[in-house]
Amino acid sequence: MPRVLSFILLCVLSAIGNEPLRAATADLHDLDQVMGMLAMRQHGRVEFIEQHFLSVLSRPLESSGELRYDAPDRLEKRTLKPHAETLVLKGEELTVERAGRRHVMDLHAYPQVVPFIESIRATLAGDRKALERLFRLDFAGNVSRWTLTLQPLESKVKQSVSQVRIDGAQDQLLKVEIRQPDGDRSLMTLRPSTLP
Amino acid sequence: MNVHRARVLVVWLGCITCAVILVARAHYSTDLSAFLPAHPTPTQQLLVDQLRDGPASRLILIAVEQGDADSRSRVSLSLVRQLRKDPQFASVNNGETVAGQGDREFLFQHRYLLSEAVNAQRFSAAGLNSAIRETIDNLASPAGLMFKSLLPRDPTGELLNIIDQLARSPQPESRDGVWASRDGARALAVAQTAAGGSDTDAQSRAIEAIRAAFAAAVAELPQTAANRAQLHLSGPGVFAVAARAKIERAAVRLSIVSGILVVTLLLLVYRSLAALGLGLLPVATGALVGIAAVALGFGAVHGITLGFGITLIGESVDYSIYFFVQSRQARGAADARSWRQLWWPTIRLGMLTSVCGFASLLPSGFPGLKQLGLYSIGGLIAAALVTRYVLPALLPAGFKIHDVTPLGLGVGGLLQRAQALRGRSILLCGAVLAILALAVLYHDRESLWNRELSALSPISTDEQNYDAKLRADLGAADVRDLVIVSGPDMESILHGAELAARALQSLVDEKVIGGFENPAAYLPSIATQESRRSSLPRAADLRANLNQAVEGLPLRADRLQPFLEDVEATRHAALVTPRDLAGTSLSAGFDALILHQKDRWNALLPLRSAQAGGKIDLSAVAAALQRGQVDDARVLDVKQESDALYDNYLGEAIHFSLAGFVALTALLLIALRSPRRVARVLAPLVLAVVTVAAGLSLAGVHLSILHLVGMLLIVAVGSNYALFFDRQASSDEAGDEALTLAALVIANSSTVIAFGLLSFSQVPVLVALGTTVAPGTFLALLFAAIGASAGRSAHA
Repeated sequence: MPRVLSFILLCVLSAIGNEPLRAATADLHDLDQVMGMLAMRQHGRVEFIEQHFLSVLSRPLESSGELRYDAPDRLEKRTLKPHAETLVLKGEELTVERAGRRHVMDLHAYPQVVPFIESIRATLAGDRKALERLFRLDFAGNVSRWTLTLQPLESKVKQSVSQVRIDGAQDQLLKVEIRQPDGDRSLMTLRPSTLP
Repeated sequence: MNVHRARVLVVWLGCITCAVILVARAHYSTDLSAFLPAHPTPTQQLLVDQLRDGPASRLILIAVEQGDADSRSRVSLSLVRQLRKDPQFASVNNGETVAGQGDREFLFQHRYLLSEAVNAQRFSAAGLNSAIRETIDNLASPAGLMFKSLLPRDPTGELLNIIDQLARSPQPESRDGVWASRDGARALAVAQTAAGGSDTDAQSRAIEAIRAAFAAAVAELPQTAANRAQLHLSGPGVFAVAARAKIERAAVRLSIVSGILVVTLLLLVYRSLAALGLGLLPVATGALVGIAAVALGFGAVHGITLGFGITLIGESVDYSIYFFVQSRQARGAADARSWRQLWWPTIRLGMLTSVCGFASLLPSGFPGLKQLGLYSIGGLIAAALVTRYVLPALLPAGFKIHDVTPLGLGVGGLLQRAQALRGRSILLCGAVLAILALAVLYHDRESLWNRELSALSPISTDEQNYDAKLRADLGAADVRDLVIVSGPDMESILHGAELAARALQSLVDEKVIGGFENPAAYLPSIATQESRRSSLPRAADLRANLNQAVEGLPLRADRLQPFLEDVEATRHAALVTPRDLAGTSLSAGFDALILHQKDRWNALLPLRSAQAGGKIDLSAVAAALQRGQVDDARVLDVKQESDALYDNYLGEAIHFSLAGFVALTALLLIALRSPRRVARVLAPLVLAVVTVAAGLSLAGVHLSILHLVGMLLIVAVGSNYALFFDRQASSDEAGDEALTLAALVIANSSTVIAFGLLSFSQVPVLVALGTTVAPGTFLALLFAAIGASAGRSAHA
């Protein structure tokens, strides 16, 4: 008797579980594959060039430096130009170091900052669950050349970010574009590090 | 005879009435003033202010444990939100950002008066250029992006500067948006009560409010998770409330139990209710007169005096025992008179030696001890006088107690065995014991006394460790080292705090200290605000400077019109006052750092060590303050100062006790007129005291000031025993030996019962008293009896 019950239960559960999967099986299969490849990497180190297009400024701000990632949850963004600044995200704690001053911020206290950072970190970690907690995921392309579009779910997050678009090839991130609701945006271009 | 009797009773009742009036009208205090020296140095005054009302005294550390992480953080959020609405709390914080709209508006509106970066140079073309450049650079960082919309009004980033200067203290770890311990096992919050830490009633109400808020927060959770979350509180106020409850509980329970035991013992002995009732009269009168004497002598009676005083005059129970038992030997009408001739001189002498002992507490700088001394002296004299005059007057005709001769004979029989030993071997045994005890005391001399104030703390080490753990997790909540700037008004101390902050900042840069808090960071002095306001250029000048400053920057000057308007507005605006601050949640942080008492104002700048748990080099701090020419600034190490204060009390008490012993010896020499007899009286007492002290030290106990009081009590109570034996040995007119022995055994049993029970309490001070007095008085009796009987056998 218990065996029959559990069999029925299993059927019901698998039917429920399968339903949304069927819709975009192909895309999601590739997404999982990309995520799997990203998750395999324990360390990553790339150079970045970032451009900020802000309406309040008459020309874009440009900065460059290096991005380092250590599994599972450490992301370091070292800006070298135009001014040295180090941003370290470890767990839920963001440490900003610039001009000899050090600030520690708790990400929970600044929900508007979270999408800027978590979009990149969770993608590097191949952590689909973490992404899905914050964003609606849209995957296009295939493993060799893909685009992941993230749209914030929470209204607090939506106030600071309207969309994050990540371009990549296999387990490499190529471009990260973050759009803000007021039309301002930033574009980060990544390439393998040549820095010492 | 009847006229005399009536006169005695009238005098007695008159005294009782006066005492009752004094006791009823006396002021009773439970605060820390018992520990405040009568003539404090300025540093000691600051220390006691700190302990009484300082920010550290008002902290309640809140931990939510058990349950899952999610329910813990939800309970923490709900708990803190409820408490923030409660006016009992000056501030409540769990890491949730509350830089509410009001706070941000306040800071933004007054940014050019509050920011430390504001000076004339800041608004020159070059100064503006570098400030705006930095703000623009900030925009590239996600943290700076938050200030994007403020750029047209605040291009120099003053709001960010102010937030920086307010948030210099390190923050605890956070989980799920609230503070948590490093291992994440508990959610943490800190509440600061509006009332001072020494206001135990207010602390108790605040604790109740926290418990109620916690219960409400747990009730909001789904049932399953809710059942597991637990609340733990710690901090000085929590300890004070727990200690008071503990002492009250222990005192009530122990006095009931020991009361029952002693009453049972006395009933067994007397087999007479009248005798029992009469026997308690000296004690009751003594207690009443003791309190009245303290009220008269000091104006206010400390709770600590009431608590221990009763036990200290426990000796007075003995008087009535001696009276009843010994007066029995001369039956008939003349019984009381013959007792008066035979025994009263001995009891009087015993009472006077006790008074000598307790008088040594009177010159102490520790008001608590002073009061104990006066209380005991007043109580003992009153009890002795009641025994001498009132009890005989009240004795009903045909009054009789049970014959205790058999008890005395039995004990005497036991003592016979001591006679088997020769007097010399007894002396030898005593000497060997004394040498052994002294050897132990000499060996442990470094660690013999506990010189830390925590020796008196009724808080268990487990609770203290838990408190330390919470403090470590919360960062720098433990205010141990402070710089205190004093002055006659708010403006002078804020100005002093600014100067001190400048000196301290250099120490932070040199990494001598990790950081500090500063009330002037919340509200600068009027002088500083005025100088900042006057450094703001006129509109036309500022515009010219700005046009020059933005050259080469990706920002057009015409976008910054709101900035020009805001600066111009500030130039004509009023300065920020404490009242402006009062409307914001920032006022809690400010208020915690300002201490105002009568005509004295103090600004507190708590220091943080460079490494967590590290020691701060206070001489370097003092030197930096001196270099910075900060007048009226003092460095205070709260723990070291309070330990020094206690150590001072302890050292003083030890010296005065020794002086009291010398006085007592002199008294006996005058009364007994024989060095030999004095030696015979004192030897058993000294031997009992050193044996108990050595025993306690062997058991790993470090002696505190209460042990010392206990030793005084051994001498006080034991001197009666020794004097009785002495009288018996040296008087031809000796009374019934068996009855005297019985009286002593009964008196000692009641003392051992009462004090022995104290040893089982949870309160260290009571344990100290109990473990000293119970064995000590027993040993004093034993040594005196053996010595006396051996002395007799030697004579025989």
